[in-house]
Amino acid sequence: MALTLETRDLTIRFGGHVAVNNVSCSFRPGELTAIVGPNGAGKTTYFNLISGQLRASAGHILFDGTDITQHSAPMRTRAGLGRAFQLTNLFPNLTVEENVRLAVQAANGTHYDMLRPWMVRRDLIARADAILDQVALGSRRGVAATALSHGDQRKLEVALMIALEPKVFMFDEPTAGMSIDEVPVVLNLIAQLKQDKSKIILLVEHKMDVVRSLADRIIVLHNGQLVADGPPAEVIASPIVQEAYLGVAPKSAA
Amino acid sequence: MMLLSGDPPRSRVLTIVLLVIILALAATPFIFPGAKAMNVAAKICIFAALVASYDLLLGYTGTVSFAHTMFYGIGSYAIAIALYTMGPNWGAVATGIVIGLPLAALLALAIGLFSLRVAAIFFAMITLAVASAFQVLASQMSWLTGGEDGRSFQLPDLLRPGTVLIPKSLIGFEFNGRTLTFYLVFVASTLMILALLRVVNSPFGRVLQAIRENRFRAEALGFRTVFHLTYANCLAALVAASAGILNALWLRYAGPDTSLSFSIMLDILLMVVIGGMGTIYGAIIGAAIFILAQNYLQSLMGVASKAAGEAGLPLLPGLLHPDRWLLWLGLLFIASVYFFPTGVVGRLRSGRAGKTSDAAH
Repeated sequence: MALTLETRDLTIRFGGHVAVNNVSCSFRPGELTAIVGPNGAGKTTYFNLISGQLRASAGHILFDGTDITQHSAPMRTRAGLGRAFQLTNLFPNLTVEENVRLAVQAANGTHYDMLRPWMVRRDLIARADAILDQVALGSRRGVAATALSHGDQRKLEVALMIALEPKVFMFDEPTAGMSIDEVPVVLNLIAQLKQDKSKIILLVEHKMDVVRSLADRIIVLHNGQLVADGPPAEVIASPIVQEAYLGVAPKSAA
Repeated sequence: MMLLSGDPPRSRVLTIVLLVIILALAATPFIFPGAKAMNVAAKICIFAALVASYDLLLGYTGTVSFAHTMFYGIGSYAIAIALYTMGPNWGAVATGIVIGLPLAALLALAIGLFSLRVAAIFFAMITLAVASAFQVLASQMSWLTGGEDGRSFQLPDLLRPGTVLIPKSLIGFEFNGRTLTFYLVFVASTLMILALLRVVNSPFGRVLQAIRENRFRAEALGFRTVFHLTYANCLAALVAASAGILNALWLRYAGPDTSLSFSIMLDILLMVVIGGMGTIYGAIIGAAIFILAQNYLQSLMGVASKAAGEAGLPLLPGLLHPDRWLLWLGLLFIASVYFFPTGVVGRLRSGRAGKTSDAAH
């Protein structure tokens, strides 16, 4: 059976504020869905609900036939939901290599092995090295994560998610704050991941050119509600999007 | 390299210092056969292991626990009570170990599962409360623990000073039961430190560091951090209890002052900080510096004060009077924390440019 990810009437309230309001949407494998919307529309909150950093006030999340609404974040990760964070979220004083190796051992299920030192785990080391090369961080492997440039930290963030070998990739503004020449590395990586038609890819992104070039489908969140859903050209052209999103940020509409 | 689990000292000076300390400790029985030197050396061995186990918690997971002396005390009391009630035989030693270690591990498991889920400060408070309760319990249950007097006991024949294993005429010094006990302490402590070095450099140990760095992210990678923290807490408790067993065997005594008092907890904290947190090696350095200072600073100052007095210097004889040794010890610690905020090991390692990658390469 093909992979499924679905949210049903997903809602979260913070006091009186409804950040995500009755969002029902299902995602299909082999499809890259871009989630767009103005700042504060609830995009990252929606991600946090799906990957388990926040618990829903109402509604359900179904993943691969299981209701995961009440599952903890570690459980969801192990079930195959991979998440890269918007604000860089690394292990600052560990090296680049150690960061990636942590994700590799997590994917491998090596959680409590305390008898063998890392140096003998050649399989895991090789896998981590391959991922470092994939994101073009091989030359920075021995540097503490905190000492990396912002762009390299973003790449490391993506590397951690790839290392988890998830079924669902959730990118939260992967290119935010990157310099122009660093952006293609990440975009190529996402394009590469798209080749595997068994994966679901979700992408929160502000840059419309990025969305247009990568997305197979766009959903628009506005004030926590799902206001549009469809193929990129159609959604971008729709009046509600022109008003709700592009009207707010006219520069990205160019 | 495998013995050190791929985590060598990574500094030439540090390697030399460590080798000097370890060789001096190993050679103590025949270089300095006096009772005081032997006591100091045994205490350094025991505390190196005890402090290393605390480093596993504080340095690697970033968890502050105040219950470490409780586990140390559990080990001490278990062996002392067993030998006191069952008499000086090996069955009693085995009983003490078989009761003491699991008791420490179970208590650590219970504390961990209850309180490691939540904020670190809560765990620190819980451990403080449990440790205080345990201390009161130990002094109140005097029918079992001997109360404030503690329990003195006899060791099995083989470990007694009167048992001459190799006479002096053969190797130049007397290898007796006391010497054997010393080497038991030395070898057991070494094995525990090597085991801790293995744990912190294993995939499990890396997760502990990840939790220290960013617990939220560690969970997002799929690690159930509460279990990692709890296991680390149990391991640290096991090593602390083992160090307690060695301590009681060496002293032939267990009491509140030598194994439970809160001042031991403070000593452990100071040794970790002086040596360098999150390094394991720091425990050896910290224990050596601290215990040497504790034991020899006073007599050193006596000599200095007398010399200054004979030289007719003003003020100095008074300042260096042996009774002021605690003042100087305190100043020494303030200075060491001020000049080596990352501990001696951190300072020596940072002499090398940048952070090196794993020694596996």
